[in-house]
Amino acid sequence: MYDFSTITGSIHEFLLSFMAPWLAVLTECLIIGMGLLLVYSVLALIYIYYERKFCAAIQCRLGPNRVGPWGLLQSVADMFKILIKELIHLNHIDKFLFALAPYLVIIASMLCFAVLPWGNGLQIIDFNIGIFFLLACSSIGVLGILLAGWSSNNKFTLIGALRSGAQMVSYELSIGLSVITMVCLAGTMSVGGIVMEQQDCWFIFKGHIPALIAFVIYMIAGTAETNRGPFDLPEAESELTAGYHTEYSGIHFGFFYLAEYLNLFIVAGVASLLFFGGWMPLHIPGWDGFNHIMDYIPSVVWFVGKAMVLSGVIMWFKWTFPRLRIDQLLSLEWKYLLPINLVNLVLMVCIIILGWHF
Amino acid sequence: MANIQEKLAQIIPGATIEDDGTGIPQVTVDDKDWHDLARKLHDDPECPMDYLVTIVGMDWVESLGAIYYLASSKTLQRCSVRIQTTDREKPMLHSVADIWRIAEIYEREVYDLFGIVFIGNPDMRRLFLNIDWVGYPLRKDYNDDPALNPVSTENERQSDFTNVYVEKEDGTVEKTERRVFEADDFVVNIGPQHPATHGVLRFRTAVDGEMIKKIDVYMGYIHRGVEKLCESLQYPQTLHFMDRLDYFSAHNYHHGLCIAIEKAAGIEISRRAQVIRVMMDELSRIASHCLFIGTYCMDLGATTMLFYTLRVREQILDIMEKTCGARMTFNYDCIGGVMQDLAPDFVQDVKALLAVLPANIKEYNKIFTGNVIARNRMIGVGTLSREDAISYAVTGPSGRASGWACDVRKTHPYSIYSELEFDEIIATEGDSMARFECRMKEMEQSARILEQLVDNIPDGEYCVKVPKVLKLPKGSWFQMVEGCRGVFGVYIESDGTAKPYRLKIAPPCLPLATVVDHITRGAKIADLITIGGSLDYIVPDMDR
Repeated sequence: MYDFSTITGSIHEFLLSFMAPWLAVLTECLIIGMGLLLVYSVLALIYIYYERKFCAAIQCRLGPNRVGPWGLLQSVADMFKILIKELIHLNHIDKFLFALAPYLVIIASMLCFAVLPWGNGLQIIDFNIGIFFLLACSSIGVLGILLAGWSSNNKFTLIGALRSGAQMVSYELSIGLSVITMVCLAGTMSVGGIVMEQQDCWFIFKGHIPALIAFVIYMIAGTAETNRGPFDLPEAESELTAGYHTEYSGIHFGFFYLAEYLNLFIVAGVASLLFFGGWMPLHIPGWDGFNHIMDYIPSVVWFVGKAMVLSGVIMWFKWTFPRLRIDQLLSLEWKYLLPINLVNLVLMVCIIILGWHF
Repeated sequence: MANIQEKLAQIIPGATIEDDGTGIPQVTVDDKDWHDLARKLHDDPECPMDYLVTIVGMDWVESLGAIYYLASSKTLQRCSVRIQTTDREKPMLHSVADIWRIAEIYEREVYDLFGIVFIGNPDMRRLFLNIDWVGYPLRKDYNDDPALNPVSTENERQSDFTNVYVEKEDGTVEKTERRVFEADDFVVNIGPQHPATHGVLRFRTAVDGEMIKKIDVYMGYIHRGVEKLCESLQYPQTLHFMDRLDYFSAHNYHHGLCIAIEKAAGIEISRRAQVIRVMMDELSRIASHCLFIGTYCMDLGATTMLFYTLRVREQILDIMEKTCGARMTFNYDCIGGVMQDLAPDFVQDVKALLAVLPANIKEYNKIFTGNVIARNRMIGVGTLSREDAISYAVTGPSGRASGWACDVRKTHPYSIYSELEFDEIIATEGDSMARFECRMKEMEQSARILEQLVDNIPDGEYCVKVPKVLKLPKGSWFQMVEGCRGVFGVYIESDGTAKPYRLKIAPPCLPLATVVDHITRGAKIADLITIGGSLDYIVPDMDR
């Protein structure tokens, strides 16, 4: 398996050879920041195209097919359009909070990017509470949505924001608990550690029943966390026109739009980290030849591929199911998912203590 | 079963019972007695006249008045009652809004267009026109000078108050103002530009958190004054407006007006034309229900269904395009038959449609009806009882979902429907799910009708000869047909000329929109979308 830390290490050495250590670290931070921004926007474009094609396939349509080969440049064109669009200034709003909200949303999802295990040795920061940091960062997003809804001074956005607040706070519990379940199995909160733990076998197989339950709950809660159908109540277009971002235009709206897709990637990425080994190739204990072949596929491909497939599942939800109602949404969380999750956590602990996992 | 004429003579002693041109007995009563008589007619145990079909406002020049068309949900008999007042300055009649709930909105319509005040109506506001409108357009002495009602460049003036006229002990009438909403209500405007109102309709919704306290339905954004326009046009010209009411039931509405005019003029149309008309009606019913299912699912967030249902609708529109030359405003039925003969491959196309329809319906059920989220969203949401359905005159699939057998094709068969074999789909739950499933099953029944007819289109002329200038004899006629959304009634009064003296359209969608307030109380905002969608109203139809 190719280790990207050899590249990053050599860059570090190279910079140190003519720079003071602090300057080298600063330069590296800048390079990483630029790289992250680039990956972030390119990934968003790919995701928009991906979702369009995916839902077109479900709906017996072709999807974008005019701009560029197979419509590949469609999302680039759309992004350009959104960039040059006018930012409509509204009266009677809280201008500062209104402008701040989209940045909070986008910062939240960018911070999460920092701890994702992109590949072997290709992780921006790997510290001992990595997964905890990820949960904390993703919760900032709800703040942005609440602010957006509140500062717009519009009844629809306010209802959307309050729905979103109730929904995200509730489903964060489920995400947290299913993450804890898997952390128990891994024995570490470090993202790198979790990946390495799955060297011989992915957690979804290793933890069998409780891991499977945790996975299903995680996928449901993750869909809700990203405000996507069937949990897209905060922006339920047939009820609230566009929910919390009704009043936004131009790139401010673009930020919400982007963040939605990137959150989708993050949720899928974390799912692949916790259940499918992150960048770890598919390894089956005892099948050394097979494991060896799997190792030839680059780790980045493994990670992005898994995340894409899992995002596909979430998209599949959206384009198949109708939307839930707010009370049904909350009772699903508090009456079903949460108790199941708690029981599942106990089950997982028992299995670990008794050593019944693989 | 008592004869309706005898019944009327018994309840209204001394009244002269006339017969309008369509066999509906008509009595004229005094306004003072009307409210008590209405109560008696409504509560009669043998033959309760519990369904108020429509109120036709009338201006007979020497008097203003209203004609109430009543029907019994039990015995299906119909009658009409005329009341009038000679006071043209301050015309007042007594309201029956406490007897038939739908009368409230019908009386508002009459007030809006004729200026007749209904004493006791809890909500005497304009319905379609804005509150500053000068004059009452359907009066014969209406001044249509544009200077009186200039096109406003400012926002329309709004009022949070409504008027109530109460009669005191000594017979004087007092006008009082009443708030539409309570002073501290949180009122959200849903519409007029909103994806779920299916047109420019506005719900002023008072909410408490996510709970709906009250809805004020605010209509009139697409009011084009079709009834007024008809009065200045000849009979064949009036037909064209029928495409533009409920544009999904264009064929059915055309059919209704054609029957009324043909009855009045004594025109017999050929069997071929009748079969073609019925086939077109049923094709539009399938297309309309397909669109309903698609848009309804989209309202609930299941976008994909729209594409699946539009496939079938597309096929039907193609069939119609080949024959009528249009995909939307067909303008196909005409007085004496239909405009053109069928396209050569009509039969083949219809057969192709019938072949794919069952598989499609199965697919819809598989993807949506059985879905647990969809079921949770629809079952028990917006339950409308049978009594309320009748009282609010909610007809069509929505009424039948509440257990009221109101299909005009069965109750008062017209054209060749009495010879055809099909079931009236009736559910008892009255919730959104029942309304949805009723439509789903009605598509199957329409397909059944088409199957019976597709191989039996007789030869003959598709349109009989009618005079170029068609004059109807003096008299009045009322005809009901089953549109895709409910009972479409049309009333014609002729003074013997080539133009109607009064042409009243009784659309099914006005009651459908009115009942929204009643069944959304205490529901969630999301339920408003479910309920509104399941009622499937069309805004141009209610506004006219």
